[in-house]
Amino acid sequence: MTATKEHVTIKGNKDGLIFLFNDHCEFPVLLSELQYKLEKTHQQILSGPTINVHIKLGNRDLNVEQEEKIKKLVSNHGNLLIQSMESNQKDIKEENHDLKIIKGIIRSGQSVHYETPVLFMGDVNPGGLISSTGDIYVMGSLRGLAHAGKTNTGNKEAIIAASYMKPTQLRIANIVSRSPDESADEGAYMEFAFLEDDHMQIGKISELHKVRPDALQF
Amino acid sequence: MGEAIVITSGKGGVGKTTSSANIGTALAMLGKKVCLLDTDIGLRNLDVVMGLENRIIYDLVDVVEGTCRIAQALVKDKRFEELYFLPAAQTKDKDAVQPEDVKKIVDSLKPDFEYIIIDCPAGIEGGFRNAVAGADKAIVVSTPEMSSVRDADRVIGLLEASDIKNPKLIINRVRPNMMKSGDMMDIDEVCSILAIDLLGVVPDDQQVIKSGNIGEPTVMNPTSNAAVAYRNIARRILGDSVPLMALERKKGVFYKLKKIMGIG
Repeated sequence: MTATKEHVTIKGNKDGLIFLFNDHCEFPVLLSELQYKLEKTHQQILSGPTINVHIKLGNRDLNVEQEEKIKKLVSNHGNLLIQSMESNQKDIKEENHDLKIIKGIIRSGQSVHYETPVLFMGDVNPGGLISSTGDIYVMGSLRGLAHAGKTNTGNKEAIIAASYMKPTQLRIANIVSRSPDESADEGAYMEFAFLEDDHMQIGKISELHKVRPDALQF
Repeated sequence: MGEAIVITSGKGGVGKTTSSANIGTALAMLGKKVCLLDTDIGLRNLDVVMGLENRIIYDLVDVVEGTCRIAQALVKDKRFEELYFLPAAQTKDKDAVQPEDVKKIVDSLKPDFEYIIIDCPAGIEGGFRNAVAGADKAIVVSTPEMSSVRDADRVIGLLEASDIKNPKLIINRVRPNMMKSGDMMDIDEVCSILAIDLLGVVPDDQQVIKSGNIGEPTVMNPTSNAAVAYRNIARRILGDSVPLMALERKKGVFYKLKKIMGIG
Protein backbone atom coordinates (compact mmCIF):
# COMPACT_ATOMS: atom_id res chain seq x y z
CA MET A 1 0.00 0.00 0.00
CA THR A 2 1.66 3.17 -1.15
CA ALA A 3 -1.00 5.78 -0.76
CA THR A 4 0.20 9.24 -1.56
CA LYS A 5 -2.36 10.77 0.72
CA GLU A 6 -3.07 9.19 4.07
CA HIS A 7 -6.65 8.15 4.63
CA VAL A 8 -6.14 6.96 8.17
CA THR A 9 -4.37 9.17 10.67
CA ILE A 10 -3.49 7.77 14.06
CA LYS A 11 -2.97 10.24 16.84
CA GLY A 12 -2.37 9.76 20.49
CA ASN A 13 -3.66 11.69 23.43
CA LYS A 14 -3.87 11.00 27.14
CA ASP A 15 -7.02 8.85 26.75
CA GLY A 16 -5.44 6.59 24.18
CA LEU A 17 -5.47 6.67 20.42
CA ILE A 18 -7.62 8.60 18.01
CA PHE A 19 -8.11 7.17 14.55
CA LEU A 20 -9.04 9.91 12.12
CA PHE A 21 -10.64 8.54 8.99
CA ASN A 22 -10.67 10.56 5.81
CA ASP A 23 -14.23 10.98 4.58
CA HIS A 24 -13.27 11.53 0.93
CA CYS A 25 -12.29 8.02 -0.02
CA GLU A 26 -14.18 4.82 -0.62
CA PHE A 27 -14.81 2.52 2.28
CA PRO A 28 -12.75 -0.49 1.01
CA VAL A 29 -9.75 1.82 0.52
CA LEU A 30 -10.15 3.04 4.05
CA LEU A 31 -10.45 -0.46 5.40
CA SER A 32 -7.38 -1.80 3.62
CA GLU A 33 -5.30 1.17 4.73
CA LEU A 34 -6.42 0.66 8.28
CA GLN A 35 -5.42 -2.97 8.07
CA TYR A 36 -2.09 -2.05 6.51
CA LYS A 37 -1.32 0.48 9.21
CA LEU A 38 -2.29 -1.80 12.04
CA GLU A 39 -0.34 -4.77 10.75
CA LYS A 40 2.63 -3.23 9.01
CA THR A 41 3.54 0.28 10.03
CA HIS A 42 2.22 0.61 13.53
CA GLN A 43 2.98 -2.79 15.04
CA GLN A 44 4.59 -1.09 18.00
CA ILE A 45 1.21 0.05 19.35
CA LEU A 46 -0.15 -3.46 19.26
CA SER A 47 1.98 -4.72 22.08
CA GLY A 48 1.68 -3.56 25.64
CA PRO A 49 -1.27 -2.63 27.79
CA THR A 50 -4.83 -2.12 26.56
CA ILE A 51 -5.24 1.08 24.60
CA ASN A 52 -8.53 2.91 24.25
CA VAL A 53 -9.37 3.82 20.70
CA HIS A 54 -11.68 6.63 19.60
CA ILE A 55 -12.64 6.53 15.97
CA LYS A 56 -13.64 9.75 14.24
CA LEU A 57 -15.35 9.18 10.95
CA GLY A 58 -15.56 12.79 9.79
CA ASN A 59 -18.58 13.31 7.58
CA ARG A 60 -18.73 9.67 6.63
CA ASP A 61 -21.80 7.70 7.56
CA LEU A 62 -21.34 3.98 8.08
CA ASN A 63 -23.98 1.31 7.88
CA VAL A 64 -24.07 -1.47 10.45
CA GLU A 65 -22.12 -3.88 8.25
CA GLN A 66 -19.30 -1.43 7.66
CA GLU A 67 -19.16 -0.56 11.33
CA GLU A 68 -18.85 -4.24 12.15
CA LYS A 69 -15.96 -4.61 9.71
CA ILE A 70 -14.01 -1.83 11.34
CA LYS A 71 -14.76 -3.12 14.82
CA LYS A 72 -13.64 -6.60 13.84
CA LEU A 73 -10.45 -5.35 12.27
CA VAL A 74 -9.49 -3.24 15.25
CA SER A 75 -10.45 -5.76 17.88
CA ASN A 76 -8.48 -8.46 16.06
CA HIS A 77 -5.49 -6.76 17.59
CA GLY A 78 -5.85 -7.81 21.17
CA ASN A 79 -4.95 -4.69 23.06
CA LEU A 80 -7.04 -2.18 21.13
CA LEU A 81 -10.43 -1.37 22.67
CA ILE A 82 -12.92 0.74 20.72
CA GLN A 83 -14.42 3.33 23.04
CA SER A 84 -16.36 5.36 20.55
CA MET A 85 -17.08 5.73 16.89
CA GLU A 86 -18.27 9.18 15.98
CA SER A 87 -19.55 10.65 12.82
CA ASN A 88 -20.45 14.28 12.19
CA GLN A 89 -23.13 12.85 9.97
CA LYS A 90 -25.07 11.47 12.92
CA ASP A 91 -27.15 14.53 13.73
CA ILE A 92 -27.98 15.02 10.11
CA LYS A 93 -29.01 11.40 9.85
CA GLU A 94 -31.33 11.63 12.82
CA GLU A 95 -33.05 14.62 11.34
CA ASN A 96 -35.23 12.54 9.14
CA HIS A 97 -37.76 14.84 7.52
CA ASP A 98 -40.21 12.19 6.41
CA LEU A 99 -43.32 13.02 8.37
CA LYS A 100 -44.93 9.95 9.87
CA ILE A 101 -48.70 10.05 10.17
CA ILE A 102 -50.22 8.02 13.00
CA LYS A 103 -53.84 7.54 14.04
CA GLY A 104 -55.04 6.45 17.44
CA ILE A 105 -55.26 7.46 21.04
CA ILE A 106 -52.36 7.36 23.48
CA ARG A 107 -53.79 6.49 26.86
CA SER A 108 -52.39 6.69 30.35
CA GLY A 109 -49.40 4.37 30.68
CA GLN A 110 -48.82 4.04 26.95
CA SER A 111 -45.83 5.54 25.21
CA VAL A 112 -44.73 5.79 21.60
CA HIS A 113 -41.49 6.99 20.07
CA TYR A 114 -40.71 7.80 16.46
CA GLU A 115 -37.39 8.42 14.76
CA THR A 116 -39.08 10.88 12.44
CA PRO A 117 -41.25 13.95 12.83
CA VAL A 118 -44.72 12.73 13.63
CA LEU A 119 -48.24 13.86 12.88
CA PHE A 120 -50.51 12.22 15.43
CA MET A 121 -54.20 12.14 14.55
CA GLY A 122 -55.90 11.66 17.91
CA ASP A 123 -55.61 12.48 21.57
CA VAL A 124 -52.67 12.06 23.93
CA ASN A 125 -54.26 11.50 27.34
CA PRO A 126 -52.80 12.40 30.73
CA GLY A 127 -50.20 9.81 31.65
CA GLY A 128 -49.49 9.05 27.99
CA LEU A 129 -46.19 9.85 26.28
CA ILE A 130 -45.39 10.69 22.68
CA SER A 131 -41.82 11.34 21.68
CA SER A 132 -39.95 11.96 18.46
CA THR A 133 -36.49 12.89 17.28
CA GLY A 134 -38.09 15.73 15.37
CA ASP A 135 -41.29 17.74 15.52
CA ILE A 136 -44.56 16.51 17.01
CA TYR A 137 -47.89 17.70 15.63
CA VAL A 138 -50.97 16.50 17.49
CA MET A 139 -54.28 16.86 15.64
CA GLY A 140 -56.34 16.42 18.76
CA SER A 141 -55.94 17.11 22.43
CA LEU A 142 -52.48 16.99 23.93
CA ARG A 143 -53.16 16.34 27.61
CA GLY A 144 -50.22 14.06 28.35
CA LEU A 145 -46.49 14.39 27.84
CA ALA A 146 -44.81 15.23 24.55
CA HIS A 147 -41.06 15.08 24.00
CA ALA A 148 -39.83 16.50 20.71
CA GLY A 149 -36.23 16.62 19.48
CA LYS A 150 -35.35 13.57 21.55
CA THR A 151 -31.93 12.75 20.12
CA ASN A 152 -28.68 11.98 21.86
CA THR A 153 -27.54 15.54 21.51
CA GLY A 154 -31.01 17.05 21.66
CA ASN A 155 -32.64 18.77 18.72
CA LYS A 156 -33.54 22.21 20.00
CA GLU A 157 -35.11 23.25 16.73
CA ALA A 158 -37.95 20.79 17.20
CA ILE A 159 -41.44 22.02 17.99
CA ILE A 160 -44.58 20.54 19.53
CA ALA A 161 -47.89 21.62 18.07
CA ALA A 162 -51.36 20.59 19.18
CA SER A 163 -54.92 21.49 18.25
CA TYR A 164 -55.72 21.61 21.94
CA MET A 165 -52.65 22.27 24.04
CA LYS A 166 -53.17 21.21 27.63
CA PRO A 167 -50.13 19.05 28.34
CA THR A 168 -49.00 17.76 31.72
CA GLN A 169 -45.47 18.41 30.55
CA LEU A 170 -43.60 19.43 27.42
CA ARG A 171 -40.03 18.52 26.62
CA ILE A 172 -37.96 19.74 23.72
CA ALA A 173 -34.41 18.34 23.52
CA ASN A 174 -33.40 18.35 27.20
CA ILE A 175 -35.55 21.29 28.26
CA VAL A 176 -38.52 20.41 30.43
CA SER A 177 -41.50 22.65 30.94
CA ARG A 178 -44.90 22.20 32.52
CA SER A 179 -48.18 24.05 32.26
CA PRO A 180 -48.75 26.74 34.84
CA ASP A 181 -50.54 25.34 37.88
CA GLU A 182 -53.43 27.71 37.42
CA SER A 183 -54.19 27.68 33.77
CA ALA A 184 -57.02 29.78 32.50
CA ASP A 185 -59.23 28.16 29.93
CA GLU A 186 -58.09 29.81 26.79
CA GLY A 187 -59.68 29.84 23.41
CA ALA A 188 -59.58 26.73 21.33
CA TYR A 189 -56.93 27.71 18.81
CA MET A 190 -54.03 25.57 17.73
CA GLU A 191 -50.77 26.28 19.51
CA PHE A 192 -47.17 25.17 19.34
CA ALA A 193 -44.24 25.07 21.74
CA PHE A 194 -40.66 25.93 20.76
CA LEU A 195 -37.35 26.78 22.37
CA GLU A 196 -36.03 30.32 22.45
CA ASP A 197 -32.71 30.74 24.28
CA ASP A 198 -33.34 27.40 26.00
CA HIS A 199 -36.70 28.56 27.31
CA MET A 200 -39.96 26.99 26.31
CA GLN A 201 -42.35 29.35 24.60
CA ILE A 202 -45.89 28.84 23.39
CA GLY A 203 -47.24 30.53 20.32
CA LYS A 204 -50.27 30.47 18.09
CA ILE A 205 -49.80 28.14 15.17
CA SER A 206 -49.99 31.11 12.81
CA GLU A 207 -46.70 32.35 14.30
CA LEU A 208 -44.88 29.13 13.43
CA HIS A 209 -43.46 30.32 10.11
CA LYS A 210 -41.94 33.35 11.81
CA VAL A 211 -40.26 31.33 14.53
CA ARG A 212 -39.07 28.48 12.34
CA PRO A 213 -38.89 29.79 8.80
CA ASP A 214 -37.67 26.43 7.50
CA ALA A 215 -40.22 24.37 9.39
CA LEU A 216 -42.56 24.50 6.45
CA GLN A 217 -41.27 22.85 3.35
CA PHE A 218 -43.07 23.13 0.09
CA MET B 1 -73.75 -19.42 24.69
CA GLY B 2 -73.68 -16.71 27.29
CA GLU B 3 -71.71 -13.52 27.25
CA ALA B 4 -69.03 -12.76 29.84
CA ILE B 5 -68.72 -9.11 30.83
CA VAL B 6 -65.93 -7.94 33.11
CA ILE B 7 -66.54 -4.88 35.26
CA THR B 8 -63.31 -3.07 35.95
CA SER B 9 -61.91 0.37 36.77
CA GLY B 10 -58.26 0.35 37.73
CA LYS B 11 -58.81 2.54 40.74
CA GLY B 12 -60.37 1.10 43.88
CA GLY B 13 -63.54 2.31 45.49
CA VAL B 14 -65.26 3.69 42.42
CA GLY B 15 -68.08 1.16 42.45
CA LYS B 16 -67.02 -1.96 40.57
CA THR B 17 -68.60 -4.33 43.05
CA THR B 18 -71.72 -2.21 43.48
CA SER B 19 -72.09 -1.99 39.71
CA SER B 20 -71.54 -5.73 39.33
CA ALA B 21 -74.19 -6.54 41.93
CA ASN B 22 -76.70 -4.09 40.52
CA ILE B 23 -76.19 -4.86 36.85
CA GLY B 24 -76.33 -8.59 37.59
CA THR B 25 -79.50 -8.19 39.61
CA ALA B 26 -81.05 -5.86 37.05
CA LEU B 27 -80.41 -8.40 34.29
CA ALA B 28 -81.98 -11.09 36.46
CA MET B 29 -84.97 -8.82 37.05
CA LEU B 30 -85.35 -8.62 33.27
CA GLY B 31 -85.61 -12.41 33.22
CA LYS B 32 -82.08 -13.28 32.17
CA LYS B 33 -80.09 -16.13 33.63
CA VAL B 34 -77.10 -14.50 35.24
CA CYS B 35 -74.00 -15.64 37.09
CA LEU B 36 -71.97 -13.18 39.13
CA LEU B 37 -68.31 -14.06 39.46
CA ASP B 38 -66.13 -12.41 42.09
CA THR B 39 -62.43 -12.52 41.16
CA ASP B 40 -61.20 -10.31 43.99
CA ILE B 41 -59.47 -13.15 45.81
CA GLY B 42 -58.46 -12.17 49.31
CA LEU B 43 -60.66 -9.09 49.42
CA ARG B 44 -64.02 -10.36 48.31
CA ASN B 45 -66.96 -8.01 48.72
CA LEU B 46 -69.56 -9.02 46.21
CA ASP B 47 -70.98 -11.61 48.59
CA VAL B 48 -71.55 -8.92 51.23
CA VAL B 49 -73.20 -6.51 48.80
CA MET B 50 -75.44 -9.32 47.56
CA GLY B 51 -76.20 -10.44 51.11
CA LEU B 52 -75.06 -13.98 50.37
CA GLU B 53 -72.03 -14.14 52.63
CA ASN B 54 -73.46 -16.77 54.96
CA ARG B 55 -74.42 -19.14 52.15
CA ILE B 56 -70.92 -19.63 50.80
CA ILE B 57 -69.58 -23.18 51.07
CA TYR B 58 -67.02 -23.44 48.30
CA ASP B 59 -65.27 -20.70 46.34
CA LEU B 60 -63.39 -19.97 43.12
CA VAL B 61 -60.10 -21.35 44.44
CA ASP B 62 -61.80 -24.59 45.51
CA VAL B 63 -63.07 -24.99 41.96
CA VAL B 64 -59.64 -24.30 40.48
CA GLU B 65 -57.95 -26.70 42.86
CA GLY B 66 -60.53 -29.37 42.12
CA THR B 67 -61.90 -29.53 45.66
CA CYS B 68 -65.40 -29.22 44.27
CA ARG B 69 -67.36 -28.93 41.01
CA ILE B 70 -68.48 -25.53 39.75
CA ALA B 71 -72.11 -26.41 40.40
CA GLN B 72 -71.31 -27.02 44.06
CA ALA B 73 -69.61 -23.66 44.46
CA LEU B 74 -72.42 -21.65 42.86
CA VAL B 75 -74.56 -19.83 45.39
CA LYS B 76 -78.18 -19.30 44.40
CA ASP B 77 -79.51 -15.82 45.05
CA LYS B 78 -82.16 -15.51 47.73
CA ARG B 79 -84.37 -13.25 45.63
CA PHE B 80 -84.10 -14.41 42.04
CA GLU B 81 -84.35 -17.95 40.74
CA GLU B 82 -82.11 -17.28 37.77
CA LEU B 83 -79.33 -15.42 39.59
CA TYR B 84 -76.25 -17.29 40.75
CA PHE B 85 -73.05 -16.22 42.38
CA LEU B 86 -69.55 -17.74 42.38
CA PRO B 87 -67.61 -16.26 45.31
CA ALA B 88 -63.89 -15.56 45.50
CA ALA B 89 -61.78 -17.08 48.24
CA GLN B 90 -61.12 -14.86 51.20
CA THR B 91 -58.26 -16.81 52.75
CA LYS B 92 -56.02 -17.10 49.71
CA ASP B 93 -54.37 -14.42 47.61
CA LYS B 94 -54.62 -13.47 43.97
CA ASP B 95 -51.79 -15.74 42.87
CA ALA B 96 -53.85 -18.77 43.88
CA VAL B 97 -55.42 -18.79 40.41
CA GLN B 98 -54.06 -18.16 36.95
CA PRO B 99 -55.76 -16.41 34.02
CA GLU B 100 -56.19 -19.77 32.24
CA ASP B 101 -58.04 -21.15 35.28
CA VAL B 102 -60.51 -18.29 35.26
CA LYS B 103 -60.95 -18.56 31.52
CA LYS B 104 -61.72 -22.26 31.88
CA ILE B 105 -64.31 -21.57 34.57
CA VAL B 106 -65.98 -18.79 32.60
CA ASP B 107 -66.07 -20.96 29.49
CA SER B 108 -67.72 -23.76 31.42
CA LEU B 109 -70.34 -21.34 32.81
CA LYS B 110 -71.21 -19.90 29.41
CA PRO B 111 -73.47 -22.73 28.20
CA ASP B 112 -75.64 -22.47 31.34
CA PHE B 113 -76.00 -18.70 31.65
CA GLU B 114 -76.98 -15.81 29.40
CA TYR B 115 -74.74 -13.34 31.18
CA ILE B 116 -71.67 -13.83 33.33
CA ILE B 117 -70.76 -10.65 35.19
CA ILE B 118 -67.14 -10.70 36.37
CA ASP B 119 -66.26 -8.39 39.25
CA CYS B 120 -62.63 -7.34 38.82
CA PRO B 121 -60.30 -6.35 41.67
CA ALA B 122 -58.68 -2.93 41.71
CA GLY B 123 -55.26 -2.61 40.11
CA ILE B 124 -53.78 -3.85 36.87
CA GLU B 125 -51.75 -6.79 38.13
CA GLY B 126 -52.49 -10.49 38.41
CA GLY B 127 -56.03 -10.03 39.70
CA PHE B 128 -56.92 -7.82 36.76
CA ARG B 129 -55.43 -10.28 34.29
CA ASN B 130 -57.40 -13.10 35.93
CA ALA B 131 -60.65 -11.20 35.67
CA VAL B 132 -60.12 -10.14 32.09
CA ALA B 133 -58.97 -13.55 30.85
CA GLY B 134 -62.39 -15.05 30.34
CA ALA B 135 -64.31 -11.93 29.38
CA ASP B 136 -65.86 -11.19 26.00
CA LYS B 137 -66.74 -7.61 26.80
CA ALA B 138 -65.77 -5.05 29.37
CA ILE B 139 -67.44 -2.27 31.29
CA VAL B 140 -65.15 0.37 32.77
CA VAL B 141 -66.45 2.20 35.82
CA SER B 142 -65.14 5.66 36.61
CA THR B 143 -66.22 8.48 38.87
CA PRO B 144 -65.99 12.03 37.54
CA GLU B 145 -62.69 12.56 39.35
CA MET B 146 -59.31 13.09 37.69
CA SER B 147 -57.59 10.24 39.50
CA SER B 148 -60.33 7.80 38.64
CA VAL B 149 -60.45 8.91 35.00
CA ARG B 150 -56.67 8.55 34.75
CA ASP B 151 -56.81 4.96 35.99
CA ALA B 152 -59.79 4.17 33.81
CA ASP B 153 -57.79 5.45 30.84
CA ARG B 154 -54.92 3.14 31.72
CA VAL B 155 -57.27 0.19 32.01
CA ILE B 156 -58.96 0.99 28.70
CA GLY B 157 -55.51 1.00 27.12
CA LEU B 158 -54.78 -2.42 28.58
CA LEU B 159 -58.18 -3.78 27.51
CA GLU B 160 -57.73 -2.50 23.97
CA ALA B 161 -54.32 -4.14 23.85
CA SER B 162 -55.92 -7.44 24.90
CA ASP B 163 -58.64 -9.23 22.97
CA ILE B 164 -61.43 -7.13 24.42
CA LYS B 165 -62.42 -4.43 22.00
CA ASN B 166 -64.77 -1.51 22.55
CA PRO B 167 -65.10 -1.39 26.32
CA LYS B 168 -68.10 0.59 27.56
CA LEU B 169 -68.10 3.31 30.18
CA ILE B 170 -70.21 3.84 33.29
CA ILE B 171 -69.74 7.14 35.07
CA ASN B 172 -70.60 6.50 38.67
CA ARG B 173 -71.36 8.77 41.60
CA VAL B 174 -72.29 11.78 39.58
CA ARG B 175 -73.48 14.84 41.48
CA PRO B 176 -75.45 16.96 39.03
CA ASN B 177 -75.42 20.04 41.21
CA MET B 178 -71.63 19.94 41.55
CA MET B 179 -71.27 19.41 37.84
CA LYS B 180 -73.48 22.35 37.14
CA SER B 181 -71.42 24.60 39.39
CA GLY B 182 -68.24 23.36 37.72
CA ASP B 183 -66.81 21.76 40.85
CA MET B 184 -66.94 18.31 39.31
CA MET B 185 -65.79 17.12 35.91
CA ASP B 186 -68.82 16.93 33.69
CA ILE B 187 -69.93 13.96 31.62
CA ASP B 188 -68.68 15.43 28.36
CA GLU B 189 -65.24 16.06 29.81
CA VAL B 190 -64.90 12.46 31.03
CA CYS B 191 -66.18 11.11 27.73
CA SER B 192 -63.85 13.28 25.69
CA ILE B 193 -60.80 12.03 27.58
CA LEU B 194 -61.73 8.37 27.63
CA ALA B 195 -63.23 8.35 24.14
CA ILE B 196 -65.31 5.20 24.54
CA ASP B 197 -69.06 4.58 24.36
CA LEU B 198 -71.03 5.70 27.38
CA LEU B 199 -73.19 2.91 28.78
CA GLY B 200 -74.72 4.88 31.60
CA VAL B 201 -74.47 7.59 34.21
CA VAL B 202 -75.25 6.67 37.81
CA PRO B 203 -76.02 9.51 40.22
CA ASP B 204 -74.51 9.60 43.66
CA ASP B 205 -77.15 8.15 45.93
CA GLN B 206 -77.09 7.48 49.66
CA GLN B 207 -79.45 4.57 49.09
CA VAL B 208 -76.51 2.71 47.55
CA ILE B 209 -74.56 2.75 50.80
CA LYS B 210 -77.63 1.85 52.80
CA SER B 211 -78.58 -1.10 50.65
CA GLY B 212 -74.97 -2.25 50.41
CA ASN B 213 -74.88 -2.54 54.15
CA ILE B 214 -78.03 -4.63 54.37
CA GLY B 215 -76.97 -6.84 51.47
CA GLU B 216 -79.72 -5.85 49.09
CA PRO B 217 -78.74 -4.46 45.67
CA THR B 218 -79.99 -0.89 45.22
CA VAL B 219 -81.54 -1.74 41.92
CA MET B 220 -84.46 -3.38 43.75
CA ASN B 221 -85.35 -0.14 45.49
CA PRO B 222 -87.82 1.67 43.20
CA THR B 223 -87.37 5.05 44.90
CA SER B 224 -83.62 5.19 44.27
CA ASN B 225 -82.24 7.24 41.42
CA ALA B 226 -79.21 5.01 41.14
CA ALA B 227 -81.56 2.05 40.79
CA VAL B 228 -83.22 3.60 37.75
CA ALA B 229 -79.80 4.27 36.26
CA TYR B 230 -78.70 0.65 36.76
CA ARG B 231 -81.95 -0.68 35.30
CA ASN B 232 -81.38 1.50 32.25
CA ILE B 233 -77.83 0.19 31.97
CA ALA B 234 -79.10 -3.39 32.08
CA ARG B 235 -81.57 -2.62 29.31
CA ARG B 236 -78.81 -1.07 27.22
CA ILE B 237 -76.73 -4.22 27.69
CA LEU B 238 -79.69 -6.15 26.27
CA GLY B 239 -79.61 -3.86 23.26
CA ASP B 240 -82.53 -1.50 24.01
CA SER B 241 -81.90 2.12 23.24
CA VAL B 242 -82.72 3.95 26.45
CA PRO B 243 -81.96 7.65 26.55
CA LEU B 244 -79.75 8.95 29.34
CA MET B 245 -81.75 10.34 32.25
CA ALA B 246 -81.84 14.12 31.99
CA LEU B 247 -79.52 15.42 34.67
CA GLU B 248 -81.71 18.40 35.42
CA ARG B 249 -84.75 16.31 36.07
CA LYS B 250 -82.70 13.89 38.05
CA LYS B 251 -81.50 16.72 40.20
CA GLY B 252 -85.07 17.74 40.91
CA VAL B 253 -86.05 14.25 41.94
CA PHE B 254 -82.88 13.92 43.93
CA TYR B 255 -83.61 17.05 45.90
CA LYS B 256 -87.21 16.12 46.45
CA LEU B 257 -86.14 12.71 47.65
CA LYS B 258 -83.71 14.25 50.08
CA LYS B 259 -86.37 16.63 51.33
CA ILE B 260 -88.85 13.83 51.88
CA MET B 261 -86.24 11.94 53.83
CA GLY B 262 -85.36 15.07 55.72
CA ILE B 263 -81.67 15.07 54.93
CA GLY B 264 -81.60 17.77 52.21
